Amino acid sequence: MANDKENLTRRKFLREGLWGACLAGTGTAAGLSIARNNRDNTVWQIDPYKCIACGNCATFCVLENSAVKCVQAYAICGYCDLCTGYLVPEPKALDTGAENELCPTGAIKRTYVEDPYYEYTIDESLCNGCGKCVNGCAAFGNGSLFLQVRHDRCKNCNECAIAAACPSQAFKRVPADQPYLLKKVDAKE
Amino acid sequence: MTRLARITAFIVALLVPCLSALGELRFPPPEFESGYRFPEMAPLPVARPALYEYIDAALLVVALLLASYLILRRRSRRAIFGLMILALFYFGFVRDGCICPIGAIQNVTLTVFDSTYAIPLAAAAFFVIPLVFTLFCGRVFCGAVCPLGAIQDAVLIHPVRVPRWLESGLRLLAYTYLGAAVLFAAIGSAFLICRYDPFVGFFRLNGNWNILVLGVSLLVIGLFVGRPYCRFLCPYGVILRQLSRLSKRRVTITPSECIKCRLCEDACPFGAIREPTEDWPEGEYKIAKRRLTLFLLLLPVLVAAGGWAGYSLKERLARVHPRVRTAERVYLEETGQVTGTTNASDAFRTTGQTSEALYKEATEIRGQFAVGGAWLGVFIGFVAGGKLMALSVRRRRTEYEADPASCLACGRCYKYCPKEHERRKKTREAVGGR
Repeated sequence: MANDKENLTRRKFLREGLWGACLAGTGTAAGLSIARNNRDNTVWQIDPYKCIACGNCATFCVLENSAVKCVQAYAICGYCDLCTGYLVPEPKALDTGAENELCPTGAIKRTYVEDPYYEYTIDESLCNGCGKCVNGCAAFGNGSLFLQVRHDRCKNCNECAIAAACPSQAFKRVPADQPYLLKKVDAKE
Repeated sequence: MTRLARITAFIVALLVPCLSALGELRFPPPEFESGYRFPEMAPLPVARPALYEYIDAALLVVALLLASYLILRRRSRRAIFGLMILALFYFGFVRDGCICPIGAIQNVTLTVFDSTYAIPLAAAAFFVIPLVFTLFCGRVFCGAVCPLGAIQDAVLIHPVRVPRWLESGLRLLAYTYLGAAVLFAAIGSAFLICRYDPFVGFFRLNGNWNILVLGVSLLVIGLFVGRPYCRFLCPYGVILRQLSRLSKRRVTITPSECIKCRLCEDACPFGAIREPTEDWPEGEYKIAKRRLTLFLLLLPVLVAAGGWAGYSLKERLARVHPRVRTAERVYLEETGQVTGTTNASDAFRTTGQTSEALYKEATEIRGQFAVGGAWLGVFIGFVAGGKLMALSVRRRRTEYEADPASCLACGRCYKYCPKEHERRKKTREAVGGR
């Protein structure tokens, strides 16, 4: 009987001890997290200088219509007539006919500015982030077209599905108050 | 003029790749004569302000406080269900199911193993707060707050009893999942829990086809087997189980004393109600004792086998890491075993790194996976051995009670207890008499 009671208290002691240890453990986890936290909220973004426009952004995003869209940096754009981001490599004619357009969704608008310059604008509601134009522009043009994660669409997944599939490790977390990595004009000189 | 310009542009376009140097524009920005100005770039949409993270954490605390009150004090299944649906709506559909405590395991793991990683505050809060509540009040998070639990709980219509041994065996999946998730998060290659989250697609009404199929199948199973993800897969549930064993307060079926009426026996759809037990009958006791000794001797064997198996899986495990995959591909290409390149190997070559550096990195990662894989195996072996032993001991129990580890605090059993009806009647009278 006495033995039984002692056993009970021992068990209780063990339980209490373990309980305390667990609480301390969660406390440590919390403390460590706070110590490591830089207080900046972070979001996913593509480093345009690492991106190879492989096309994964259009297909791997958890959203059916990807959160990644193309951005046009006008200051870098050459306003070429023969835009390799806009036209397929060997266009039948230099016009806006669908058979000549590189963009599968027709999301790039071409507007005449003055001879021989044309302005190219992305219609974001149509862009699916496939990066075909980015590739074309980077291959023969100035590279003014590049892909960015749009934060009105991005769900900020804990693990970005596109980042996991990115062949060039172009995805990274950036501070939420500066959520875009834009191509800079001064890169030219 | 136009034609000439076109031809020039075309020739230039053909020549540029040879001429252009990195960092220089191939075509100088035009000097417009018509007074054209660069269009204003449409303002880029801003990210979700950090304030919302604090609101989420605060809402989590409020939900857990309310859940603890409803589960332990109010003891009303209907109220618990209501809170559960609200939580499903907010943490699931409004917040798109991200961040959740289950996935936060990986963020915390990464914080421990990678000193450069800064954990989002919400992830830390979502990991720690439910743990603390579990230490005080049992698995109230599972019962009324977790959106993944809620979506399964809501579809449960015809619960089928799962045999204890099968339940215990299947739960090994959850331990394995936890171990694997920690391993992959620690080596920084993948967040498995997020990648295979079966219900996040429903919350977003959008998602990967395979994962949606997985989610639908789990829900179909969940029509008959209560909360299959929670019981057999959830890695966070594994942690909560252990903490709930130690919790200060937790669900009791009866509000006062058990009269062993057996009415609650089949009340739990998750098989968490334990009936009173007698000691082993004389003959069986000996067999059980022998079995326990055998399992005790088997434990080191299981642990060693697990460790060895985990170690020998290192190559395959390491292949989950993108750098290792790239290294293997580059090796195949450079030794001429394959023709052509992949996006990854192309991207690697543009970085200008030497392939030797890449191979060295891959070897390092493989080494980490050898150690990590062995630990994972040891962990699984240890759990499997422990489970075998737990199945062959009998704990003396004098009344019907909810198993502290398995009870998901859904509150379904309360109304089965006649003592509970007595209590409610008394409360009603007290309220009415006032």
